[in-house]
Amino acid sequence: MAATDLFLGLDLGSRTTKLVEMAGGKVIRFDIFDTTHDSILKVRARLDRRDYARAAAAGYGRYLTSAHLDCRVVTEITACALGARFIDPAAGLVIDIGGQDSKVIQLGNGSGAFTEFEMNDRCAAGTGRFLEVMARLLGFSLEEFGRAACETDETVALSSMCTVFAESEVISLLASGCDRKAIARALHQSVADRIFPLAARFDARGDILMAGGVALDPCFVDLLATKLCRPIVVPPDPQLVTAVGAALAAAR
Amino acid sequence: MAGHDELLKGLGLDVELHHKIFDSIDRIFRKTVLAQKDRPGRMAYFDDVIHGAHGARVQEIVERRAAGDKFIGTFCIYVPDELILALGAVPMALCGGTSLSIPYAEKVLPRDICPLVKSTLGLALSNTCPYGPIEDLAVGETTCDAKKKTWDILAAGGDFHVLEVPQKKGPRDRDLWHEEVVQFKVRLEETTGRTLEPEKLAAAVRLMNRKRRALARLNELRKEENPPLSGLDALVVMQGALVDDPLRFSERLEALNEELEDRVRRGLGVVPAGAKRIMVSGCPSVMGNWKLHHLIESAGAVVVCDETCTGTRYFSALVEERGGDLDAQIAAIAARYLTIDCSCFSPNDERIASVVRLARDHHVDGVVQYVLQYCHTYNVEAVRVASALKEAGVPSIKIVTDYSEEDTGQLRIRVEAFLEGLSR
Repeated sequence: MAATDLFLGLDLGSRTTKLVEMAGGKVIRFDIFDTTHDSILKVRARLDRRDYARAAAAGYGRYLTSAHLDCRVVTEITACALGARFIDPAAGLVIDIGGQDSKVIQLGNGSGAFTEFEMNDRCAAGTGRFLEVMARLLGFSLEEFGRAACETDETVALSSMCTVFAESEVISLLASGCDRKAIARALHQSVADRIFPLAARFDARGDILMAGGVALDPCFVDLLATKLCRPIVVPPDPQLVTAVGAALAAAR
Repeated sequence: MAGHDELLKGLGLDVELHHKIFDSIDRIFRKTVLAQKDRPGRMAYFDDVIHGAHGARVQEIVERRAAGDKFIGTFCIYVPDELILALGAVPMALCGGTSLSIPYAEKVLPRDICPLVKSTLGLALSNTCPYGPIEDLAVGETTCDAKKKTWDILAAGGDFHVLEVPQKKGPRDRDLWHEEVVQFKVRLEETTGRTLEPEKLAAAVRLMNRKRRALARLNELRKEENPPLSGLDALVVMQGALVDDPLRFSERLEALNEELEDRVRRGLGVVPAGAKRIMVSGCPSVMGNWKLHHLIESAGAVVVCDETCTGTRYFSALVEERGGDLDAQIAAIAARYLTIDCSCFSPNDERIASVVRLARDHHVDGVVQYVLQYCHTYNVEAVRVASALKEAGVPSIKIVTDYSEEDTGQLRIRVEAFLEGLSR
């Protein structure tokens, strides 16, 4: 017999997979692990033989998941909007920067999950993947990368946003003896500059909430907030927003 | 697609590469168009038009040429087919819709121009387009910069005529365009060695109007609460319109329309109740390109109108049937073609108004603005179109893409999320 109020939300992202269980309107358990070729097996192993009333999957792996598990399919746009509204009822705009995508979603006042959304172009520029590649190039872990960028006011001019071209530009800067903290700051700034026009298109009433793994990078959040001239709310565990939304979509 | 090897070899084509490209187009056609369920029986003819485009239709034109008629290749719906038909010549739009020929164009062209231009030039340069070798005249026009400069490259390969399409619609522009149509007539008379006769022109005008009426009737049927035809099938019909013999095409389309009217009477629609009604607006989807319509319809929605060059822009407005005087007829033709609201015009308020009107007339739930990557004019005009639609209370989304399959995952998310946003 399935528990009547236990709902499962899955977010199969390009870099990590997120799992959220909700009951009685609360998150009671969550898990985050790397997305791999056999993510579906990992998801199964973590389900603990628990009885869910319903489940829903979002993210790039949503159809694969629904083919293996009994669950609904929802896009990460809708799921992220539902999750954001649940986590911060005053949110008006969500900026979600994940491994492969950047999205800006306007929540609006209506009954729907969202009113409008914008996404980045198909390439990795302006996503978590860009920051990840650049951090490795500078010899930083992701945590060190964001911290190092915060620790300096110095910056350098970067001309390229393309992951491939930026890589060669960074290599030249390192070769010319440039401080890697300053390069880290410039790289953060370039992603903030890329996200800014997507977000500035919307008339944001209410809080601006950040979701996705990049929200854990304090330097990026600061730079984007400065650029937008608005504070940005970062919830605890921002990577889980979409999975929470998927669990809410399952409960709907 | 095989079976015409001798014919293609005789034309000097790279038959092996030709088959590689067109077998792939055929595979996409089967996976998208032919995979649909419960299609109207009379769509079979239009499927054959697509299949025959590199076989039976080539054979037909080779025979026409042997009998003394000329073959005229075109690349835009701005080219007045009436003049070509009236001189007993065969017009055909030769735009490429396949990603497979693009690498051959990129050997010459920069990468950052639109896939339609690259695909078209790639077919010519890779020696896989059967129509290149039998072309007596190719006709380009000035609706975009990438095309203009591509004509200069293509013109080195044979007879080429460029029609100057103006960028505004004032009195001087009308005069310029009228003069261009007159000059085109002169060029066609040279190519065909024939003299344009008023009766034949009047007959060609009537024929093209008949074809437009049949297409407009089909478009009307898509306004039905449960449309009797999918957007993908309507697109196949439109793609056929660009390559098929106009008389035979009109007769077959009129027959299809009767079948669709019967389906409407019997309450047979193509989607379950509540399916979202979508209009596609912007760039054309020529033969080989079924990507966007398949994406939208496989997500459960139905495309009920195309405000594109492979849609309303092609068949809206008729040429006034004046008969008699040749000059008056040519003036009527020039006037009709200048009503086409291509995004190359500035300002282009007529198009903005037309998108909003069509969205209302077809009771759409949302509009997908379709931009072929690097098509700057449709991409930028999308800003004004989106705000006019918003003002009219119609949600819209812009999809920018090329012919490749690599972004299907990202596009599917956008399209599905857009549809989810409409479901409330």
